[in-house]
Amino acid sequence: MASLARLRHIKRLAIPRAAFQVRSVQTTADTTQLHNKPDDVHTGAPMTVRLHEDSFKGYNCEIPDLEVQITKDELLEMYKQMQTVRRMEMAADALYKAKLVRGFCHLAIGQEAVSVGLEHGITKTDRVITAYRCHPFAIMRGGTIRGVIAELLGRQDGMSHGKGGSMHIFTPTFFGGNGIVGAQVPIGAGVSFAQKYLGEKTCTFALYGDGASNQGQVFEAFNMAKLWNLPTVFVCENNKYGMGTSAARSSSNTDYYTRGDKIPGLQVNGMDIIAAKRAVEYARKWAVDDEKGPLLLEFVTYRYGGHSMSDPGTTYRTREEVQRMRSTQDPIRGLQKYIEEWGVATEQELKALDKEAKAEVDQAVEEAKQSPEPQSVDLWSDIYYKGTEPPRMRGREREEVG
Amino acid sequence: MPLLRSTSNMSKVSRCFVSLGKQCRLNSTTTSPPADGHLPSVASSELLRTKRDSSLRTPGVIWADKDATAPPRIALGGRETRKMNTYQAIRDAMSIALSKDENAVVFGEDVAFGGVFRCTMGLAEEFGRERVFNTPLTEQGIAGFGIGLALMGHTAIAEIQFADYIFPAFDQIVNEAAKIRYRSGGSYNAGGLTIRTPTMSVGHGGLYHSQSPEGFFMGASGLKIVIPRSPVQAKGLLLGSIRDPNPVIFMEPKILYRSAVEQVPIDDFELPLGKAEVLVPGSDLTLLTWGTPVYHCETALHLLATPPPELDSIIPSSLRLSKIELIDLRTILPWDVETVIESVNRTGRLVIVHEAGMTAGAGAEISAEIQKRCFLKLNAPVRRVTGWDVPVALQYEKFHIPDAIRVLDAVMETLTY
Repeated sequence: MASLARLRHIKRLAIPRAAFQVRSVQTTADTTQLHNKPDDVHTGAPMTVRLHEDSFKGYNCEIPDLEVQITKDELLEMYKQMQTVRRMEMAADALYKAKLVRGFCHLAIGQEAVSVGLEHGITKTDRVITAYRCHPFAIMRGGTIRGVIAELLGRQDGMSHGKGGSMHIFTPTFFGGNGIVGAQVPIGAGVSFAQKYLGEKTCTFALYGDGASNQGQVFEAFNMAKLWNLPTVFVCENNKYGMGTSAARSSSNTDYYTRGDKIPGLQVNGMDIIAAKRAVEYARKWAVDDEKGPLLLEFVTYRYGGHSMSDPGTTYRTREEVQRMRSTQDPIRGLQKYIEEWGVATEQELKALDKEAKAEVDQAVEEAKQSPEPQSVDLWSDIYYKGTEPPRMRGREREEVG
Repeated sequence: MPLLRSTSNMSKVSRCFVSLGKQCRLNSTTTSPPADGHLPSVASSELLRTKRDSSLRTPGVIWADKDATAPPRIALGGRETRKMNTYQAIRDAMSIALSKDENAVVFGEDVAFGGVFRCTMGLAEEFGRERVFNTPLTEQGIAGFGIGLALMGHTAIAEIQFADYIFPAFDQIVNEAAKIRYRSGGSYNAGGLTIRTPTMSVGHGGLYHSQSPEGFFMGASGLKIVIPRSPVQAKGLLLGSIRDPNPVIFMEPKILYRSAVEQVPIDDFELPLGKAEVLVPGSDLTLLTWGTPVYHCETALHLLATPPPELDSIIPSSLRLSKIELIDLRTILPWDVETVIESVNRTGRLVIVHEAGMTAGAGAEISAEIQKRCFLKLNAPVRRVTGWDVPVALQYEKFHIPDAIRVLDAVMETLTY
């Protein structure tokens, strides 16, 4: 009678909270220091900044150089992009609450430093694949806000013609959102094999969350990538909660950057966009220039909202925790502080960028709303390659219905 | 030329459908549909047992708290019912299983918080987190883990958060759970395993949240597949599944979690697996379905008998008095061949309705068997009304899922064949 109830006294599920925090990198968004600034940043000359010494933790690898060269233009571009993708997610939130967006919708508000930082560290021909919370990546990889919103609305102008919805958005270098978390990771390994085979000087960033990190397929992909020395950068976006279960309650090892066995790993402050960019550059050099095979990046980040729109996000964590993260570690406010303190731009100039982002999103939402519903012919299109469809597909014609 | 007539009927029905659809669209701009999707026929369904007496008289109820040797109790005095929706009835069933069987455990993604559909609400608090616990996101792991528990004689009640997510667990279910008894020569079995999973459409679930995968498991001998239609059915069939000595996949139609409400007996009872239930007796046509479409079929029968003005002109009066026998199959594997044969031998006509796609869906198996067994009694080909052979796309879900109009059309065509 080995009832599990007998285990009650052992309390093996209790995880010491402090130990978890000790292991984490810094997740402050505003601790990067200006090191060296040219006399006039407005000429486009780069300034030198120094990341907080706890921005990274390495596992079987050196941590990246903490000194980063960055220009005024890039800082402002990052700021504008983060504001834009956050505005877009907020618009999606409002459209969902107005019941115009149906279906499942997962927002990445709070995690902007990862999606925008990733894009600033890679090239246009690198590939990216993820699962849920894919909207910002789609935008950064060449998608349009209008296309994303129209997809959520299920309209013809949606990036998948309204057939997919939130987790089904693709661009030529972005292999999408995917509906089964974890399933995208071996796909990413396959994509990077092709890159290597073709001799492309590119790599694939295969993203997954702390929740999906426990799917068996993720480990299968690790093994293949290391075995064949593929240019795959596995990226764990650790936002601390896999749906409603905290990392410590789902994962025996919450140091996700160490879970690749022989694959070295790097834990990164995912709330400081400059640290994120630096880590991505480092990973890209590792996989592509140095041909050292796969690397595992873990971005420690935070999602402000619930897992999906139907999750208030406050049953498994406190409102205070969310509020604290928002007020003290917000990636956009962190960057804003850098920009203002380093004299890159004034508050007024940033406000103008905020306005531009808002106007851009508002216009895209209006355009998306104008897009018509899909045509009925699209119900059967793109199931098989055009011209090779089976002669009968039930549902198209009257005589095929019965 | 009945065929011709029915074809012209169809085009009229189709047009009406389009106009009804337009009405819907107009309405939807003023009043948004509920977040859980629309299924207006459920709330007013006459199939739901909303009174204590009818609930206690649910056909086939086996009171699990009764001494098997005692004489059958005709009077139901002393038994009480409570108003529950489907998720509450499922929770009630698991609560009974946990309190009566100290080896029963409930696990799955986020179940300790109640699960996405609230089916496990409060169970962790009531029975302890050692018995009701969250797993990592690992569907294959959940299934395999449950099989291991079951091999040790435990009662494993696992949840796969959506039936769409069952595919990563497909290998464990088909190759391990279903075969372990056979391949160990009877030394081991996973009979203690029940996998609960929300299935079918919700109106806007899309590609990974609205599928009906029951047909994929049809060839896995050793498994049972159960799909309830209502709270009473869900409680009785779930307790029956948990106690069945075979691994059972228990698929819960997610749109019915809140919309189907019944008086549910509060005592411990089971409903038999492998038995279909005749919901409406009839003699002219057998309408066979399970899960959510039960209510679409009920609506279709109402439309046929008393057509609304829009359909009045196209439903011949001769058809309105047709007696249609409505059957809920309830267990998809092994399905109740005898009940269906008996019915089709009387009616001579069979229409099967399910949400999954037509090609190799569960209806294909049923249809082949019935055409073999009832060949000489059939007056019309067996007809299937199903989802189309396309993925369940986000924006087309209402077109994809068989609705009352499509069922009505198939019934009329089959009656006039």
